[in-house]
Amino acid sequence: MKKNEQIGHSTDLPPSIGELRTFTAYNLDISLAAKVQELLNTHASAPNLIGRWQDQVILDEIPSGSSVLDLGCGAGDLLFQLIHKLKVRGQGVELDSQAVLKSIDRGVPVLNVNLDLGLVDFADQSFDYVILEGTLPTLRSPLPILKEMLRVGRRGIVSFPNFGHWRVRFDLTIRGRMPITRGLPHGWHDTPNIHLFTLADFTDWCAINEVNIKGAFGLTDSQVQPLAESDNLTVEEALLFLEKG
Amino acid sequence: MNVDGQFSNSIHGPKHPQSVGYTRAQKVVFYQSGPPLKLAAGGKLAPIEVEYETYGNLNQARDNAVLICHALTGDAHVAGWDENPEGPLRDYRRNKPGWWDEMVGPDKPIDTHRFFVICANVLGSCYGTTGPMCFNPTTGRPYGLTFPMVTVADWAALKIKLLDYLGLQILYAAIGGSMGGQEALEIALGWPERVQRLIILSAGSRLGAQGLAFNAVARHSIINDPNFKDGNYYDGPRPLAGLAAARMLGHITYLSEESMGHKFGRRLQSKDVPDFTPIGVEFEVESYLKHQAENFVARYDANSYLYITRAVDYYDASVWGEMDLARAASRITARLLVVSFSSDWLFPPESCRELVSAMCRAGRTVTYVDIPSPYGHDAFLVETTTISRLIHSFLSI
Repeated sequence: MKKNEQIGHSTDLPPSIGELRTFTAYNLDISLAAKVQELLNTHASAPNLIGRWQDQVILDEIPSGSSVLDLGCGAGDLLFQLIHKLKVRGQGVELDSQAVLKSIDRGVPVLNVNLDLGLVDFADQSFDYVILEGTLPTLRSPLPILKEMLRVGRRGIVSFPNFGHWRVRFDLTIRGRMPITRGLPHGWHDTPNIHLFTLADFTDWCAINEVNIKGAFGLTDSQVQPLAESDNLTVEEALLFLEKG
Repeated sequence: MNVDGQFSNSIHGPKHPQSVGYTRAQKVVFYQSGPPLKLAAGGKLAPIEVEYETYGNLNQARDNAVLICHALTGDAHVAGWDENPEGPLRDYRRNKPGWWDEMVGPDKPIDTHRFFVICANVLGSCYGTTGPMCFNPTTGRPYGLTFPMVTVADWAALKIKLLDYLGLQILYAAIGGSMGGQEALEIALGWPERVQRLIILSAGSRLGAQGLAFNAVARHSIINDPNFKDGNYYDGPRPLAGLAAARMLGHITYLSEESMGHKFGRRLQSKDVPDFTPIGVEFEVESYLKHQAENFVARYDANSYLYITRAVDYYDASVWGEMDLARAASRITARLLVVSFSSDWLFPPESCRELVSAMCRAGRTVTYVDIPSPYGHDAFLVETTTISRLIHSFLSI
């Protein structure tokens, strides 16, 4: 039995019209409900999932020979490609020791430390890019790590599942359940994502902290597309290139 | 086998296809003529005999050499079976292979089909390299405490001397655990161009205050043994009680609360009811330590214990960067793997991370793993499955 079934909650079931009626009956934002309805009609079937599209964008965007620090690098998939395809000087950081062993098996330099405990020092601006690919929501203290990212790196790359996506909103408001989506595949009880946020939340943070968004991509309609800040409802996962202003 | 010399089930006899088989200690004497070795702490020493072992074959390019550095009470006998375990302290070799036999041999992680493996006994030890137990050629008597103070820097310099003698400009890898990790680190700091890969297990750039304290107690017990006689005990009874106490303490520091609790708990030794006596062996853990100490004093020299623990005390890799470890670490050009174990309280993970952090500050890439293990400092010899995988992978690339 899959995890989703265990908790009686399936990701890809299209919502019924009845559920939508409930939505409007609660007198919530009607225009939003209509928008969600429209989206549901367009996406009645489950979207085709694109695995780790972020890696491909990063590979396309980073100049070869760059230096890259990947915070939360998992088994080192991205770094392995960066090192071999783009000859980057790559360093990973990963908490999970099994993933660390896999990284080492493929020759990716990785540090087995907990980012939340700030256990390793890096010099200011010592990497061209610092990557937080899906890592931010898993951190106990995301803001210090974001600051650290832009201290250590000349540019930051952040990707995260957008909690403002319509499917997420639908799960919460109509179904009254924690969302389970492509980007957020875990149940409420076993998710590593403990700080969830929307694209709008994140761009707010950028504005307040004088962080410039130098490039933005998103997974929208199962396609990787350039992203606008106004895409909070439609983008499922976001990938932003950041620079301190 | 672990540090205390216990047998594991997977022991390979000399005829096993994965054993390096029977081994023979090799000897070379340096500084017989010409200037003596200038020691880092001042003083000079000559001549110096070095005992070493090698396994596998050097390739044509002479670039497949792996240097292994042994720990505190270790020796050059890393793998296989000593074909001639004669000598006052070598009886223990009759019943077991070298101290890292699980790791070194044909098709083992440090594969002798592929690598030319070298290990040499450190200066000041009692396993064939010149130390306080050896005869001072000018007096005709054992050095004892007249042996000059030797340091990790001297060990490294002597290793380089040996590598030169063997015609090895490049080490494919230098590997060491605990004190051996520090020696390997010292070689990579002092001769960065000669070390391509560096693997440091259960060791940091320096010992913390707790480690210094343990060593102080160990030396105190040796020095205050009535048989110690300022180190001049070689023609009379040896300070075995002091050395035994030092070993018992050392042994505790190699284990962890968890592993001791698991292994012994509060069980009594071969009895159901205590004897209610303040002396004698009551608990299993007491019996175990006593047994370990008895084995140890039969194979080690008290003066060597003093000199080598002192050398470890003094070691601080940051001297290479005028006490700035990051500056020191920037000298290292080797690919570096550092491994710590969660329950190690001699070189705890935070102490291993000091070096890792320094490498990062120095703008070097580095690989660091903290392995969850209940086996304390001993884990680098006990957690063979994980260590095998790490070393195999790291040496593959």
